[in-house]
Amino acid sequence: MHFRFTEQAIDTQSARTELQSFSAGGYVSFEGWVRDFNEGREVTRLEYEAFQELAVKEGHGIVTEALRRFPIKHALCIHRIGSLELGDMAVWVGVSAAHRAEAFDACRFIIDEVKLRAPIWKKEHYRSGDSGWVNCERCAQAAEHPHTQHRHGRHTAPNSK
Amino acid sequence: MQLKIQYYALMREQAGRSEETLETSAGTPADLYDELLARYGFTLSRDQLRVAVNSEFSEWSRKLKVGDAVVFIPPVAGG
Repeated sequence: MHFRFTEQAIDTQSARTELQSFSAGGYVSFEGWVRDFNEGREVTRLEYEAFQELAVKEGHGIVTEALRRFPIKHALCIHRIGSLELGDMAVWVGVSAAHRAEAFDACRFIIDEVKLRAPIWKKEHYRSGDSGWVNCERCAQAAEHPHTQHRHGRHTAPNSK
Repeated sequence: MQLKIQYYALMREQAGRSEETLETSAGTPADLYDELLARYGFTLSRDQLRVAVNSEFSEWSRKLKVGDAVVFIPPVAGG
């Protein structure tokens, strides 16, 4: 599988060895980190939850699609689940290729699609003491108060990192 | 007909459970969601969700069969 979950810190040193190839001239990676703010609120920690069976299938499909669309050698995506602190790595994408341009393009494609399509959810805990599921709570509030302006999370651009 | 439902994230919290086996007359995921919405008072409407049956994304109008495993998928936020 080109996509997996882990409950432990992502071991990037070990993961990058899975991408090595003598015909690769380089490797590009993306790390998503837990940030201390989102949409104007102070965030203190995050919880990630996933429908793992479908998310692995979907994530594997995304990386497979990248391998087909771009002339790259290897690609892999690893996503954390569970409770994460500020600065922790939430997701890692690595791509090796003969040339750098394709590696950058494929890496971008993979992280964008994973954020958009994989059934993974993130609950933010705020300094104020409350918490909320990203992309879910504001929609729900807006449904109760139809005149409140809101952006619907599902099809908007990736919201963080 | 008996179905297995799994809940995640906001819907897990609102249903107060992560899974259940349910006896229902709902013939499609759309009917099933209407039934569960009435029971648990989910705050998300059906047009905000996707649905998976037996770990594959599915149409809301798919005909459900005995033993199917249904998961309602709230707006995602990975990465």
